[in-house]
Amino acid sequence: MHRLKAITPLGGTSPQIDRFDGLVISENVDRALASVAARQGQDVACSAAVLDQLRLPLPKPGKWSVEAAYMAWWMGPDLWMVDADHTDHELLAVNVKRAVGGTGSVAEQTDGWCRFDVSGVRVLDVLERLCNLNLRAGEAGDAHRAVIEHLGCFVLCLETGRKYAVIGPRSSAGSLHHALLTTAQSVI
Amino acid sequence: MIINHPILGPRDAQEFIYLGDAALIDRPDWQADNAAEAFHDYLYLRDNPAGQHRELWFHEQGDRSWLVVTRNTVTHDILNVELARDVARARGRSK
Repeated sequence: MHRLKAITPLGGTSPQIDRFDGLVISENVDRALASVAARQGQDVACSAAVLDQLRLPLPKPGKWSVEAAYMAWWMGPDLWMVDADHTDHELLAVNVKRAVGGTGSVAEQTDGWCRFDVSGVRVLDVLERLCNLNLRAGEAGDAHRAVIEHLGCFVLCLETGRKYAVIGPRSSAGSLHHALLTTAQSVI
Repeated sequence: MIINHPILGPRDAQEFIYLGDAALIDRPDWQADNAAEAFHDYLYLRDNPAGQHRELWFHEQGDRSWLVVTRNTVTHDILNVELARDVARARGRSK
């Protein structure tokens, strides 16, 4: 019997939290992820199936949506990421696949990504130096992909000007975290 | 340079990767009698216009969609941006 211990994307046994004056960067390790790609010509049926089975309206381009336990963001044409609490939805991909049936292709994504929740009054000062998204013009509900530290990351606006989720490739979690920290240190 | 993405609006060109002439969408029929000649032309012969040019661009650091960008190679004006899949479907490419 192997005695395995789960580690976070940054390699710790508990999520890392970094505090600055007016900014908190916290590693969020409690999300399960699954991508849904509507099959050709099935985009309407796929969205309807997710709405019917999970009660979740799949978001429009550049947006995220939430309903009860599920959240989703738009990744590309006919492509979404569904997100839920990991403890309650460890088999998220299986459940989403069951919901969409033959209308969409589902891929387990939980261990492919790391997530940092960045919040505080200085959050825009940090993020505007890291990516070329016009976050000051955005609002809660926006979800975009952008380059941060040469990494393709999703930036979700959770609270306008106050709280953002930065979701990047897990294998480069250290680089992404380093970029967030060094930018915060130079700004604050 | 700013590319006006048909879904996401204006985005910086650094998010995109350039592939080449949009004529690459018109892949020859590999079962045709003149397939060898058609593929030679498809692979190696390119127009190199000074002026309006249709190009394939990939929004790698965005929504990962392929675009057909109509661009003036002399003035660098971007005249039109379409989703490549819409262009391909309009030509009867997708089944």
